[in-house]
Order: sequence, then C-alpha cells, then structure tokens
Amino acid sequence: MTMETTPTPQTITTDGFRLHPEDEGAMRAEASHYEQPQAACIEALKIVQHRHGWVPDDAIPAIARVLGVGPASVEGVATFYSLIFRQPVGRHVILVCDSSSCFLTGSDQLREKLTDRLGIGLGQTTPDGRFTLLPVCCLGACDGGPAMMIGDDVYGPVDEEDLADILEGYP
Amino acid sequence: MNSQRQSPLYRSRLLQPGADRSPDTHPLTWRLRDDGQVVGLKEYESKEGYRAVSQVLNGHDPGAVIAAMKEANVRGRGGAGFSAGLKWSLTLQGDDIPRGYIVCNADEMEPGTFKDRLLMEQQPHLLIEGMILAAFANNARYGYIFLRGEYVESARVLTAALAEAREAGWLGPDIAGSSFDFDIALHTGAGRYICGEETALLNSLEGHRANPRAKPPFPGQSGAWGKPTVVNNVETLCNVPAVMLRGAEWYQGLSGDRTDDGGTKLYGASGLVNRPGLWELPIGTTGRELLELAGGLREGRKLKAWLPGGASTGFLLPEHLDLPLDFDTVGKEGSRLGTGLITVVTEDQSMVALMRNLEEFFARESCGWCTPCRDGLPWTVKLLLALERGEGEAGDVELLDKLAADCGPGLTFCAHAPGAAMPLQTALRHFRREFEQGVRYPRGKAHADPIPAGGV
Ligand SMILES: Cc1cc2nc3c(=O)[nH]c(=O)nc-3n(C[C@H](O)[C@H](O)[C@H](O)COP(=O)(O)O)c2cc1C
Ligand code: SF4
Ligand code: FES
Repeated sequence: MTMETTPTPQTITTDGFRLHPEDEGAMRAEASHYEQPQAACIEALKIVQHRHGWVPDDAIPAIARVLGVGPASVEGVATFYSLIFRQPVGRHVILVCDSSSCFLTGSDQLREKLTDRLGIGLGQTTPDGRFTLLPVCCLGACDGGPAMMIGDDVYGPVDEEDLADILEGYP
Repeated sequence: MNSQRQSPLYRSRLLQPGADRSPDTHPLTWRLRDDGQVVGLKEYESKEGYRAVSQVLNGHDPGAVIAAMKEANVRGRGGAGFSAGLKWSLTLQGDDIPRGYIVCNADEMEPGTFKDRLLMEQQPHLLIEGMILAAFANNARYGYIFLRGEYVESARVLTAALAEAREAGWLGPDIAGSSFDFDIALHTGAGRYICGEETALLNSLEGHRANPRAKPPFPGQSGAWGKPTVVNNVETLCNVPAVMLRGAEWYQGLSGDRTDDGGTKLYGASGLVNRPGLWELPIGTTGRELLELAGGLREGRKLKAWLPGGASTGFLLPEHLDLPLDFDTVGKEGSRLGTGLITVVTEDQSMVALMRNLEEFFARESCGWCTPCRDGLPWTVKLLLALERGEGEAGDVELLDKLAADCGPGLTFCAHAPGAAMPLQTALRHFRREFEQGVRYPRGKAHADPIPAGGV
C-alpha cells in the first residue's frame, strides 16, 4: 500500500458544484489506503463537508467521478450516515447526547435549556446561521453526563450555568 | 472563554492514581500518566513498549502467539466475550490464501461505554503494538482502525502515534528486523451505532451503507474485500502485548480465584453515582465494588436496577451486586457482561421512561434490513410512550412481550435486535407493575393507529 497519488489536474464540476482541486487530491490520497477506491467514499463526503459545511446534491456525481463509482452508491452512503449533512447547517453543530447514561443524568433538561436559549428545536439552525442542534448517540463521555459536543469539543457534565459561557466560545 | 468557572471540557480519565498501578497488576493502564497526557513513543518504549513485538516477530512462530492467546483465554472486550485466541485460530491462512486484514473496532457507541476512548487518547502505542502482534499471528498485511467520527481527540492522537511508529520502524517493511511487514491506516466513520457490528463495520469500511452481512462466512474466512479479516475491539487488542511478554499463566492469575476468566478489565460506572468513572480491575470484580469505587449513589438515593455493560445488556437488580462480573456469570442471570461499564438506575427514576429512551435509541439506530427490528422497535417506542404518559391500553404490556420476543436471538440478521430485546424483556420481568400502571384504557381504545409505519 503506497501513499503516492497522481492527482489529475482537470477540475471536476457537476452543474452548480465545483470540486476544489485540493479536495480531489485528498480524496485520491485517501483512496490509496484501500483495495478499492469506493472505500474512500465516506471520507470524500467528509472532505466536501469540511469545505462547504454540508454536502450539496451536485457534489455526489463529482465524488462518484473521482472514485470511479456510480453516483447512486455515493448517494446511498451519503444518506445513511448521520454525520453527513445533506442540508446547510450552522457554523457550529451542537450534538447533544440523548443516550441512556445522559438521559439518567439530565439530558432532557440540557436539551430544553439549549432549545430555549437558541430558540430552535432539534434538527434546526438558528436564523443567524450560527448553530445547528442535533441529537447524537452516546458520545463515550457518560462519566461526564449530560454530555454534548460542539464542533470538535466535548463538554460534560454540562451544567445549566455553564451553557452561556460555553456557547460564547463559538461566535 | 472568559469565565471564572472552570469550563466543563470533557477529558477521558482513569480514577486510579499511578501509585496504585503496576506492570504486574494493571497491564492496560500501568503506563498512563497522572496528568492525563499522551504516553508518547519514547516513554512507551522506555516502559517495555514494543518489546513484545521485537521478541515475538523474531521468534517467527505465529502459531505460538495464537496458542498463548488461546491459553490466556482473552475474551472479546467488544461485548460478546468470544475468545480472541480461538477466533484467530480460525482465520484462513496458507500459501494459497492471500494475506488479509486486522481491523480494530474503535466504533465505541454502546450507550454507557467510555473505555476505548481512554486507551486511544492516552496510550495509542499499546493499541498499535497489539495490532502488530495480531497481524503477525493472523498473517495480515494491513490494518485499519475503524474509529467513530466523533472521537476527534482519539483521531488526533492516533494519527500522530501512527506516524511516530512508522518513523521508528515499528510499522512498515521488515519490522524489528524480522522481515515481517505491516502498516495501519486510520479510518474514521460518520455516525450510526450499527457500524460497530463487525460485518456492518466491514461494509462501512469498504464504503457502503452499514448493513450487516450474512454469517457464515465469518470475517476470518472472508472479510474486507473477501480477504481473511480479524475484527477485534480496542481493549481486546491492548491485552495482547502483556500476554506475550508475561505469559498466559500470569494473565490467568490476574483475576485470582474470582472467576475462570483471566486478566483485567476496564470497568466503569455512570448514572447518578457520586464519582462516575473508569478503573482497571481484575475480571470478576463485583457491582458492589464498582459502586463503592464510584462513591455510592448521589444524595442518598437507593439503587433500583443496573445495566452491567451497556444499553444492549439486561437489567440486573440490587440482589445481583455481589456476582463476579465475568462473561459466564452475568450470562447465567439473563443478562450479558457486554462492555463491563455499568449504568446505574435509582429508585426515583422511571423504568418505563428509561425503556422508552433505550428503545428510541435502538429504533433510530436500526439499519432497517429486518422487519422485527425496523418496524417492531418503533412500535415498542409508541407503546412505551403511551405507558409513560399513563395512556396505554389493556394488552400493551403483553404486546411489548411479543415485540421483544420477535427480536430475540436468531430471528434477525444481526445482534442489534436481540440487543434491543434484552433490556426490554428484563425490565418487563423485574418491573412489570411499573409498566402495567401506565394502562388506562380498555383494549382498542388508546391507539388510533396501532401499527406505526416508518421511523420514530
Ligand atoms: C449493534 C452492535 C454494535 C456493536 N458495536 C461495537 C462497538 O462499538 N465496538 C466493539 O468493539 N464491538 C461492537 N460490537 C461487537 C462486534 O460485532 C464484535 O463482536 C467485536 O468487535 C469483536 O471484537 P472482540 O471479540 O475483540 O470483542 C457490536 C455488535 C453489535 C451487534
Ligand atoms: S437486526 Fe436490525 S440492525 Fe441488525 S440487520 Fe436486522 S434491521 Fe439491521
Ligand atoms: S450516554 Fe451520553 S455520553 Fe454516553
């Protein structure tokens, strides 16, 4: 298995979507870790998401072309995984754990405080595009329940009084 | 952050100070630092790190590794408790068989479980060393760490450690001058609990939807891209180096006469305990000992029930607190050891509400392949919600019995549905009255639309 890649210089565009050449190279580099390029599909979706915040429909055929697979199989993957966003999301995605240990330590109250404060429900984005609120399975932080994640950061146990300060850290 | 209060950034931690841990008694955690910083390559090497790899690979006898693992009886720490050595002895190997893969299951998503995170975030080289040894035993040519997408810190630490190991020659061609070659890539997921099921994990690794595959063939016969593939949990693999260095007999002895299972286990406790956390303890430690380590229940609460090892295990009662928490003993009580991290339920907490929460999880995380799981679980949620609100009807509790039975072992394509059934069946058995109290209407009067279609 080698790390070498031979990025093709042409720019892949499908309808309204233009794949960044750097991203295409990153996808090809990922694909080189596997027997078949299809295996880089989730990573490719994440690469697009990293740049655009979400995965627009027109990105699907572009990824399919880089990996040499059918658009339907990319679409199938893109719709299966919960951390691939198919709609625009806010600048910061808040994942609130709703699994058992957090449920027993107050995740319902935490979620209520969040929805009150942000004025949105689960699955929604604040009108200023700052936060999207989503539920998530056990974050593996149950000894810190109730737990939540904002961007790359995990918080827990989250106390009502901490919320304002925590959110302030994400402009 | 401009606050006086300490920001509650979560950090994985072990609640045992270094002074309490030694190489002879704590094979998984003795190297962990009290400051919680990563044990880097140099420090790992200075503490017997990669010594097992040098010795074993230069012994050129993969069969001996499998024999030692079988003798030590290291049982799978992902929850099923299958002997790793036995699994490895069934991996297809031979001159006409292509070299396959070692896949580390680092998808940790079982509600109530937070153990693999600690090993990856603070001691990544132990996992890498375990994977190299597993690769050598199973003649694998390449390894993948299948890490759940939310474990960003684990990904950061593992990426750095893999580069360190490669740089030092522990990964790549001719490892430790043994002529054995092996390398590892980190593969991060994008959500969905079902990815942790080993065959779903392989589909996900290959870039497909994470539907499980039929077994047989088992992954050891035909796994990733049809090659022999060994899937093991993070903690399982982290046990391998010490077994190879200190021997199967020593490993067996770690649990004393508590149980027949050998070794130690990362045990933990969460819920309304005073000091929720994680400890490395001999296999066969009891629930009571864990509760004591966790400082008891908060504000004088009383214990009602507990899950021994995650959402997909069966409820145990206070009367079970003195049982050794090993795979067979817990299995005999109608539950499973699972991941060994207990979730505590107190007297003031509603079993019906908790069951509703658990089945919401299982219903949402179903991959949708089999009817009892895809359609039956949302139905249980609907019934449990009605009972929780005191708006159930006669027959609802019996219907829950039936829906749970339909998800029992062998009736669905994978163990997700049986995992959803076990807590429900044990809750209905131990706390039936609580469920019955939610019945208010005669049969046929409560639910306008008795069979819900689609998701929750
Ligand atoms: C729905 C489901 C989810 C699972 N999730 C995990 C997981 O997150 N981590 C894990 O190690 N095993 C998980 N397992 C168990 C694996 O299928 C498999 O038994 C395990 O990875 C084998 O490794 P071990 O023998 O070392 O435990 C899960 C099983 C099921 C049915
Ligand atoms: S039991 Fe559930 S999760 Fe497992 S294959 Fe069937 S539908 Fe999918
Ligand atoms: S249940 Fe919330 S982090 Fe585990």
